Amino acid sequence: MKKILLGNAAVARGAYEAGVNFVSSYPGTPSTEITEECAKFNEIYCEWAPNEKVAAEAAIGASIAGGRAMSCCKHVGLNVMADPVFTASYTGVNGGLVLAVADDPGMHSSQNEQDSRHYAVAAKILMLEPSDSGECKEFTKAAFRLSEEYDTPVFLRLTTRVAHSQSIVELSEPEPQKVRPYEKNAAKNVMVPANAIKRHVIVEDRMRKLSDFAENCPFNKTEDNGAKIGVIASGITYLYAKEALGNNANYLKLGMIHPLPEKLIRDFCKKQEIVYVLEELDPVIENHCKTLGVQVEGKNRFSFLGEYSVNGIRRVILHEETSAPETTANTPVRPPVMCPGCPHRGTFYVLKKLGLTVSGDIGCYTLGAAPPLSSIDTTVCMGASVSAAHGMIKVRGEEAAKKTVSVIGDSTFIHSGITGLINTVYNKGGGTVIILDNSITGMTGHQQNPTTGKTIRGEATKQVDLELLCKAVGIDHVRIADPFDVKTFEAVVKEECARPEPSVIIAQRPCALLKQVKYTGCCEITDKCRNCKVCLKAGCPAIAVKDGRPVIDASQCNGCGLCVNVCPFGAIEKKEDA
Amino acid sequence: METRSIMIVGVGGQGTLLASRILGNTLLNEGYDVKISEVHGMSQRGGSVVTYVRYGSAVSAPIIDKGGADVILAFELLEAKRALPYLKEGGTILVNSQKIDPMPVIMGAAEYPGDIPEELRAHANVRMTDALSLARTAGNSKAVNVVLIGMLAKTTDIAREKWVQTIEQTVPAKFLDVNKKAFALGYEA
Ligand SMILES: Cc1ncc(C[n+]2csc(CCOP(=O)(O)OP(=O)(O)O)c2C)c(N)n1
Repeated sequence: MKKILLGNAAVARGAYEAGVNFVSSYPGTPSTEITEECAKFNEIYCEWAPNEKVAAEAAIGASIAGGRAMSCCKHVGLNVMADPVFTASYTGVNGGLVLAVADDPGMHSSQNEQDSRHYAVAAKILMLEPSDSGECKEFTKAAFRLSEEYDTPVFLRLTTRVAHSQSIVELSEPEPQKVRPYEKNAAKNVMVPANAIKRHVIVEDRMRKLSDFAENCPFNKTEDNGAKIGVIASGITYLYAKEALGNNANYLKLGMIHPLPEKLIRDFCKKQEIVYVLEELDPVIENHCKTLGVQVEGKNRFSFLGEYSVNGIRRVILHEETSAPETTANTPVRPPVMCPGCPHRGTFYVLKKLGLTVSGDIGCYTLGAAPPLSSIDTTVCMGASVSAAHGMIKVRGEEAAKKTVSVIGDSTFIHSGITGLINTVYNKGGGTVIILDNSITGMTGHQQNPTTGKTIRGEATKQVDLELLCKAVGIDHVRIADPFDVKTFEAVVKEECARPEPSVIIAQRPCALLKQVKYTGCCEITDKCRNCKVCLKAGCPAIAVKDGRPVIDASQCNGCGLCVNVCPFGAIEKKEDA
Repeated sequence: METRSIMIVGVGGQGTLLASRILGNTLLNEGYDVKISEVHGMSQRGGSVVTYVRYGSAVSAPIIDKGGADVILAFELLEAKRALPYLKEGGTILVNSQKIDPMPVIMGAAEYPGDIPEELRAHANVRMTDALSLARTAGNSKAVNVVLIGMLAKTTDIAREKWVQTIEQTVPAKFLDVNKKAFALGYEA
């Protein structure tokens, strides 16, 4: 049967057809749907882990125990997961172990543009890279087989355009799930120096065998069109090249991108007048070619930044421009904004008003950095809000402590904020941590997490009690407040900031997009309005100025009522639907 | 058949994803090779959203580059203007006349351009409809997406019933009536 599938769904399908037993991941765009789609197959055990390191370790355990296991993450998630992964390269596997990692060239939803292929090189792990959904499925199945055949974890590398494009996939019957026998094998699985020294020898030997395999790997294909130009590409850039150049080029398409073949590349390049390596981000394939002494064009002609494009490839290689209409310059940008009814809006309205230094984190609330809320001072990586505020406060002193808060979402707090909080307490830091508890992992599209009391499949489970957790690590002052009750919330922030010792405020109000949240009616500005425009400071997309006065757009307003609480003159009222 | 390219643009939350699903499934049922691409995540929070749909006998890239779209289906006027450079010479723009102010306009830092329909007409065959009103007539303002799919359907040579079939397969039963009405209103607009 044929079906049109998202690249990520095709990876899930491949894992299913390979009889995967165990999937543990932490969400991250553009990788999230792989695990969500796996969870739709009842046969597969699936879970959201608190972070990528835990997820990968769980998958490693499942593999050692004899199951086929997978863990999926976005590129920066691989940083978090790196520690166990580097050593899993030494232990190898029992059941096949696949690590799917999705890069985000162009940073559609990411804080950096790192190239995860470097990890494959550094950790000495086989890496495959599909170009479309059909290959996503095939390569995933092959990844499990190769993992077991070569006794290695296997990386499956995606990029946004592959992960989030849909194309046609031929579905097959799944292999039966099985759990391979487990035998205690300390020499293989206990990585103390004496054992690891021996395993490293095996890893290097494996790399030689994999290099041989790369020469004949069915995923590395040449395509001779009798052209003078040669193109080496993998993943999405291969499809861009085909679109841009068609039969004007010969192709070496690499589906296995670590280790890279030697002879295949030499033989291909020998037959071309000129060879272009087309790869987004870093010159990984290009540098390999140069190490072989093969002359290629690459980053001298194309950018390190962002995504490649069909027109760009055509321009550089064929010197052809594509004509396109131009639009006049006055096209206002439309940046993403917090949704109408977003609970974070209340928090940032107050933080902005109080003029605090805000150590930020990653989630929907990062939008609090954008105007008009403009409240966030720093954003680095998940969890950094708490730990970075600690550093800021230690350097700038006690007065700064009273003006510095961290903001961190519930999922992010569990991911890596809690360790920062322990550090703050242990090292006698200060400042106030505001946990933005909207009862869900919002940014990545509503995943459950340990604070929501539900599993990936929505089943009830134990729920982390954030208040008790903070108290348990030594925070004496933990307050719970509703960010939409702006007066009280402001008072609580002021009180907690005034303390010399560290404190936590749990800003509790669920995400407005959750099913159980039912705002009704619509807010209206009455004739009590004195046109002070304070309501605009909340940055609600439903409130705009028309003819010099704020008005509420009924088609955008969901009746959350924050503006009612923000208005100093009681001039906004909520009207229920008739 | 040579690959045809349709770009769907709008504002996060307008339901462009359902529109591309209906379009994609209809094309698949017609036996075409189909590729669809859209970015999920950050951009859905009320930002500009773009979906590329390409079909033919064998499609390579899932993305449409500038100057590559045969048709732009725009859910919002300003987004049509933003997408204009992606249109092929002589291409068609089907556009909802609805305006949604972006944050810079709301804050008074920019103005919503007033002359968009004229600008579009200078480069393209333009069909403009008030899809929001039609969706309300159909019974639900959220059905804007299916009204626009109706408009798009009319410009293709795929039979009307085929579209209705995929709507039946794609839309949950309780919204089916509204959506079939919305499709009809768009088709006949
Ligand atoms: C290491 C890492 N993993 C995953 C992500 C993707 N990601 C960004 S924010 C986020 C979680 C946000 O959830 P939460 O903290 O609950 O805040 P919300 O979006 O609900 O406001 C995730 C998973 C990331 N940026 N970095």
